[in-house]
Amino acid sequence: MNDSTLRIVWIYPDLLSTYGDRGNMLILAHRAAARGIPVETYEVRSDMQMPTTADIYLIGGGEDGPQALAAQRLINDGGVHRAVAQGASVLAICAGYQLFGHSFFAKGTKCAGLGLLDITSDRGETRAVGELRGDIDPRLGLPPLTGFENHGGRTHLGAHAAPLARVTGGIGNDGQTEGAWYGKIIGTYSHGPALSRNPELADLLLRWSTGADRLAPLDDTWADRLRGERLAAGLPA
Amino acid sequence: MPLRAIVATTASKTAAALSRAAGRGDGSVIGGWIGLKIDPDLLAHLSSGRAVALVSGTNGKTTTTRLTAAAVGVLGRVATNSYGANMPTGHTSALAKEGHTPFAVLEVDEHYLAQVINSTRPKVVALLNLSRDQLDRAKEVAMMAQLWRTALAGHPEIRVVANADDPMVVWAAGASPQTTWFSAGQRWHDDSFVCPESGHPIERANGDWWCTGCPLRRPAPQWVVEEDGVIDPRGDWHLVKLQLPGKVNLGNAATALAVAGEFGVRPIEALPRLSRVTSIAGRYAQVDRDGRNIRLLLAKNPASWLEAFDMADQAPTLLSINARDPDGLDTSWLWDVDFSPLRGRPVLITGDRAYDLAVRLQVNQVPFQHVQTFDDALAQVPPGRLEVIANYTAFQDIRAELDRVN
Ligand SMILES: [Zn+2]
Repeated sequence: MNDSTLRIVWIYPDLLSTYGDRGNMLILAHRAAARGIPVETYEVRSDMQMPTTADIYLIGGGEDGPQALAAQRLINDGGVHRAVAQGASVLAICAGYQLFGHSFFAKGTKCAGLGLLDITSDRGETRAVGELRGDIDPRLGLPPLTGFENHGGRTHLGAHAAPLARVTGGIGNDGQTEGAWYGKIIGTYSHGPALSRNPELADLLLRWSTGADRLAPLDDTWADRLRGERLAAGLPA
Repeated sequence: MPLRAIVATTASKTAAALSRAAGRGDGSVIGGWIGLKIDPDLLAHLSSGRAVALVSGTNGKTTTTRLTAAAVGVLGRVATNSYGANMPTGHTSALAKEGHTPFAVLEVDEHYLAQVINSTRPKVVALLNLSRDQLDRAKEVAMMAQLWRTALAGHPEIRVVANADDPMVVWAAGASPQTTWFSAGQRWHDDSFVCPESGHPIERANGDWWCTGCPLRRPAPQWVVEEDGVIDPRGDWHLVKLQLPGKVNLGNAATALAVAGEFGVRPIEALPRLSRVTSIAGRYAQVDRDGRNIRLLLAKNPASWLEAFDMADQAPTLLSINARDPDGLDTSWLWDVDFSPLRGRPVLITGDRAYDLAVRLQVNQVPFQHVQTFDDALAQVPPGRLEVIANYTAFQDIRAELDRVN
């Protein structure tokens, strides 16, 4: 391992991996490599010790049972807490987003989360499935969020977490706000390969991790066309 | 058959014929729907007196059903739902349409297996595989395995023919006292890292697999694909010549031979019949147009995309992706497919969700060209083979362009 290498950890793909969660790791690695940044990716299974010195940690979605198990193991392991304390960036999706909060519901039981985001999650009356869009917190300097959501949870933000976005289509946390961020931790209900539609969010994680104020632009023609198409599709009827 | 069932059968056939005459599809669903309205037990009535085989799994069931029906056909007439209408309405239509046959081979949607077992009292149930399909439609893989396991535990009289290479299937079949195992080769492993019995990791090496925390492990298979043939339970190797491409269809043929074997059909009798199957509802069909030889491959989920890449020749390849209701509205699964086998051949993309695919291919470093229509794609490739790989509704769209080729 070299100190100039960007290290990306995918947390527990054996437990938390729904459709396309791998995509975020592939996209970050691709966008780093395209800027000449050496990059290494690690898939850390739930029977392995969590590295504490990586730069970006990714955690994906999943079913109730694996979600509860993942939270328990991450609390016992402590590695993610140490990594965050040392300034690592995090992208947490769906079930992974919920378990970064204080508590969440899995299989009808309230479970303790990592407490790294000031949020709590419970169950909504209906499942939120469909296009999701929102205007991202202006402090992050990003264009609108677009994603596909598929979750039964509702998330409530405390004073120390800011909404990632104001919902302009779909449900997100509660129909008003979507996702949360604090420090270098970003959580979202935009499921699976969220970064495929939000390349500037990927670059934000890369800038946080490298300390670079700006990165060389990439040809995002196709991502921009995809964004345009999906933002239009996500407008409320 | 009770009078009510006779009336329902007649109504079902008539409705199917009317539906076909009106140009509203092949009638394989509407007839069964009407029949079941008149007699809810119609499927049970139609099944009685027939030796029935059911074929279920995430992938390969339409093709395996077709090959199994061909193999069992050695013994006599076989009713089968060859259009892939794989829910009880489709089964009812298929059986009503064929009249009395001594045998029936039915493809069953994996969600309906328990229900169809109860209705049709099958002699044999074939379990092919379980992998992720469309997230917002299907239950999670382990839950499906549990449903199968419970259904089979209640029917110890059924002969189960099951895939030894898929831990989910082995566990699902585990409650059954009469199981014949087959090994058809399996490339997709992402849905069986965790043991469904104990939750421990599953290890794999050299084609074998075992749970690290409980006794679940790969059973010794009686039917095994080896090179371009199949080894039967007596240890004899048979060359399998098919018109269908790819290793996956060799595996499907092995499964068909194993199921037919439960009816007493020997491979040497069945193999000539398997070699005459050319395409199934447009799948693998080849159409010549404007000097291009177009071959159609259906790929519905990550596992079947891997199989399609294996089947496709090194030729220009058109990929078409939609995300309409039958496909699932979510395209995230594109990121679970490694498209790198396509590097080095001309790739064209189209479909409702071509942009999702474009971003995926860019990150996968697979160069491509976007085209608006199927005709544009034809114009872009030189004379010769054009491979077309498409998901469900995209496949049907292209099939329609080619005059609903079968
Ligand atoms: Zn186990």
